[in-house]
Amino acid sequence: MLIELQPRKEPNRLMLYLTPVIAVLATMLAGGILFTLIGHDGFGAVREIFITPLFDPHKWQDLGIKAAPLILIAVGLAIGFRANVWNIGAEGQYVVGGLAGTGIALATWGMEGWWILPLMCMVGALGGALYAAIPAFLKTRLQVNEILSSLMLTYVSIQLLYYLMRGPWKDPDGFNFPQSRLFTDSQLLPEIIPGTIVHLGVPLAFVIAIAAWFVLTKSVFGFQIRVVGAAPAAARYGGFSAKRTIWAAMLIGGAFAGLAGIFEAAGPFGQMVPQFPTGYGFTAIIVAFLGRLHPIGIILAGIILAVSYVGGEIAQTSLGLPNAAAGIFQAMMLFFLLATDILVKYRLVLGPSTKTGEAA
Amino acid sequence: MTTTILISIIMTVVGASTPILLAALGELVVEKSGVLNLGLEGMMLIGAVVGFAVTSITGQPLLGIIAAALAATASSLLFGYLTLTLTANQVATGLALTIFGIGLSSLMGEPYVGKTVEVFGSWFPDSLAEHPFLRIIFGYSPIVYFSLIMILVVSYFLKKTRAGLILRAVGESDLSAHSIGYSVIGVRYAAVAFGGAMAGIAGCYYSLVLTPLWSEELTAGRGWIALALVVFAAWRPSRLLLGAYLFGAVMTLELHAKAAGFSFIAPELLAAMPYLATIAVLALISLHRSGGTAAPACLTKPFKPTA
Amino acid sequence: MSKNQEFRIELREITKVFPGVIANDQVSFKIRPGQIHALLGENGAGKSTLVKMIYGIMQPDEGQILWEGKTVSVTSPKAARKMGVGMVFQHFSLFEAMTVLENIALGMDASISQSELESKIREVMDVYGLKLDPHRIVSTLSVGERQRIEIVRALLLEPKLLIMDEPTSVLTPQEVTQLFQSLRTLSATGCSILYISHKLHEIKELCEEATILRGGKVVGECDPRKETSKSMAEMMIGANLKQISRAADRKFGAMKYVVNGLTQPGEGDFGVALDDINFAVRSGEIFGIAGVAGNGQNELLLALSGELPVGDGKTILLDDMPIGDLGTLQRREAGLCAVPEERNGHGAVLDFSLTDNAILTARNRMGLANKGIVSNGNAVAYADQVISSFAVKTTGPGSRAGSLSGGNLQKYIVGREIMQQPEVLIVSQPTWGVDAGAAAAIHQALVDLAANGSAIIVISQDLDELLSICDGMAVINEGRLSKTLKVGEVSIDEIGLLMGGVHGDPFATAEMSEAVHAH
Repeated sequence: MLIELQPRKEPNRLMLYLTPVIAVLATMLAGGILFTLIGHDGFGAVREIFITPLFDPHKWQDLGIKAAPLILIAVGLAIGFRANVWNIGAEGQYVVGGLAGTGIALATWGMEGWWILPLMCMVGALGGALYAAIPAFLKTRLQVNEILSSLMLTYVSIQLLYYLMRGPWKDPDGFNFPQSRLFTDSQLLPEIIPGTIVHLGVPLAFVIAIAAWFVLTKSVFGFQIRVVGAAPAAARYGGFSAKRTIWAAMLIGGAFAGLAGIFEAAGPFGQMVPQFPTGYGFTAIIVAFLGRLHPIGIILAGIILAVSYVGGEIAQTSLGLPNAAAGIFQAMMLFFLLATDILVKYRLVLGPSTKTGEAA
Repeated sequence: MTTTILISIIMTVVGASTPILLAALGELVVEKSGVLNLGLEGMMLIGAVVGFAVTSITGQPLLGIIAAALAATASSLLFGYLTLTLTANQVATGLALTIFGIGLSSLMGEPYVGKTVEVFGSWFPDSLAEHPFLRIIFGYSPIVYFSLIMILVVSYFLKKTRAGLILRAVGESDLSAHSIGYSVIGVRYAAVAFGGAMAGIAGCYYSLVLTPLWSEELTAGRGWIALALVVFAAWRPSRLLLGAYLFGAVMTLELHAKAAGFSFIAPELLAAMPYLATIAVLALISLHRSGGTAAPACLTKPFKPTA
Repeated sequence: MSKNQEFRIELREITKVFPGVIANDQVSFKIRPGQIHALLGENGAGKSTLVKMIYGIMQPDEGQILWEGKTVSVTSPKAARKMGVGMVFQHFSLFEAMTVLENIALGMDASISQSELESKIREVMDVYGLKLDPHRIVSTLSVGERQRIEIVRALLLEPKLLIMDEPTSVLTPQEVTQLFQSLRTLSATGCSILYISHKLHEIKELCEEATILRGGKVVGECDPRKETSKSMAEMMIGANLKQISRAADRKFGAMKYVVNGLTQPGEGDFGVALDDINFAVRSGEIFGIAGVAGNGQNELLLALSGELPVGDGKTILLDDMPIGDLGTLQRREAGLCAVPEERNGHGAVLDFSLTDNAILTARNRMGLANKGIVSNGNAVAYADQVISSFAVKTTGPGSRAGSLSGGNLQKYIVGREIMQQPEVLIVSQPTWGVDAGAAAAIHQALVDLAANGSAIIVISQDLDELLSICDGMAVINEGRLSKTLKVGEVSIDEIGLLMGGVHGDPFATAEMSEAVHAH
């Protein structure tokens, strides 16, 4: 019995939405087996990582604050990926956005006013966008591959962070620890649910994702993004400039990552520290794909990945599972999604192709 | 005295260059067949951890290296299955492989954090390997000589052999190669596997030769630099050698600057230099390029025979 | 059964089924040694599938192939070559960035040394009068030269059967004459030739026997020398040929579209530079641009449509308005629409619905988008209108462009532009790879648009097409455009010489025409 792949005339809509679910389920199964094989409590790990956070109300606030940056960054990346712009340096744009906003926080330190926080957020987004402008410039002017340049800049941004923390931005009253001053009340994102750690950035991330959904599906700009990604020659024929699209995609991706950065600094961190880069920029790539590059899908995928983060921490304490376990589950989700992707465009047929012609 | 310093500088540069040279050489062959495997960093990390673990268990670095090559090849075949058989997007799959490799290496490496193994040192007698002058020729790990031999082998393979011609043809036009009757997918699987083996050896060079002490993500983005190196070399093995040693020089800058007492330069700037230099080099070569690139025409294009 | 040995190859009831379509349905025919046999059929009739099975790229689902009287199973191109089958592909199987020698070596199954191969190549070229430099890189060669690589590659294996798939679609009339000469030499040595084409006059000139395919089935066999082109065409199409209806006394209006000294450097490594191109088209006129592929047609289309604006606005005038420096969007607003040569990924996005493909070019002229927001209702309505007016066979505006057949997609693309009522329409290869029914519909639509006062420019390699619908024409060669010729007064020979690059140079013209008339 041979399994044969037959191309479908139209992509299968059901499979398009079903495959991410299949990928998550397959990851739970395969991950459970894998971790059992290497001597852990495999299915216990799956339970702790994927199920426990969902049914423990104490963990819901953690889910929210972990999902928000993932969703925000992933929506920005998805716009780029749709246009075939492979910005994978979101982590660096996230760091620079956080740093830019922190710069405003330090400059306004001791001041009060409603304007400080919005200014920090704007400058944070701007910082991320400007950092993404470097690969955009290199790509449009010099045809430098944006994958490599944006990724290299991530490593550079981390060194910049270290430099600022050890040097100019070190808290003068901080016993020589390499970290910035603590932000003041005017510089911190307010909690929106009293008594929790859920800050204003969380609902904002959801609102921005929904706005992006509207723009991508209803506007000519959204159409432009899709055309440039699907067929560059057709895009030029239709009057869309590839270069401008690359710029737009990079700047939006950078701005969203930068915004996520300052939300993190002015939210959970409350200051800038060398441990600021937590890999959200990379995990967001998985979120973007698992969400099918669709903002609503990304919201769901962001929550799933947040579950795996929170669950990973639970499994660490309850089962002694290593820190890296969550990362492996996350990568497996992407693998399984990419593997099952073929079901959207092809159908699986058992046995050799049938002799009789089907109705066309 | 200055000669001694010069010799040790050259030796550190060669040491730092070898892994990116090996990884880039493997990737060059992969890309020549029309496939872009962005999972280099992940495969290197898998090689690094498997090489370290096997060496530490068996005490045989050679076994460690072979195991590293095999493990990284296995991971590259996973990439191959997804992109070649299931026609998944090569960029996304490569990224997934890197994320997977980072996770797997830190998981497998957990028991070894902070532990050491014996350095995989020179195979020559100490009278040569430790000789104040001759060590510039004899004082390296066997992997260094292996990398140089592999440059010659790959050069010869691509330019002079029929199999090399077929590999280039597959990367140049998959449809033509298919219609003449070559197995596009088969050739690409072989290339991807070779790239995996090279990346595995490159990875375990970090854990067995350069710093025989396990730490997480010890390749620190060198896999990405190796990818840039292939572009820099315009897909020519001979230029790869030059490029790798140039990058090696930049990468060891931090070390040398400290030794030379340039303490006024922020160490963070020096640490960022390899990445900045990579960007600068990518920008410069495109200024010197007239018109199109030397990239294989089918790079990243999925192939699905219609029959 | 030994009688069969008088045939080189015999196909018995070959059937090949793809999901949803029967590509070949019990096809049978035989070819004798030394015979030139035509396989005639429209696009989509199943010719390519059939030869792919003879050459081992695909396997038949049912039926037998007999080679010199024995049943064989051709499992791969390598097996086919070993048997003695050579093949020259319609879409060349060449490697652009490699040398001629490397390309030929890749087609050989045994590894032989470069020098040995080179001397063999020179030998074959001498015998058949083919000229090639083995050390040139393929991307620098003309289309005719590229085809010669394929032919040499096939001949080096000393084939007993040579398959030629649509070999003349890219050649000048003079090159066609040369090719036929080589093929006759080859058949005289006893090699059978299977010649695939839909060009009837060529088949009449070259072939001794023809098998006609329609919808995957053999619908007739004949001796082409004894048939008329019309009778064969009717067998091929299965209906009477529709004549284009147009007024005999056409009157042209004011100058609509004028190009003055258009000069543009080539794009990238392989682009052709445009050199001082001048022509003018009046309202109601159809102007043709002939030429062999790769002589600057793509670059010209990009410059004329605005995909690559030219520096000086006054280089191109539309109704006396300078538009040379405008991009496609503004040119569309000014009333200029265009259809590029390549349907897949240029004229249409295959992964998009027909509705989205309507938005691609008609969003501003037809109000499918307003203030940056797409009006899906209007877009669906417009797509529907195009589908019904141009009889596009599809399940509806929501279906993927890639699910349409080539002919239907082309009708949709041309229709999408024509229904925008452009002042000027530029069309490249309007009927490339399109079946006769769709081609006739497209030609009629172009003629009707011109009758309503639009100016139309048709860029095509198909001389018959240009001669049948154009009022005036010019020939493009290496980025230069000839003077305007009047259709009806110009001879095919003259056009052929211009296509081959003879620009009124009297000495060269004389030499070339001598060469032509000698045959």
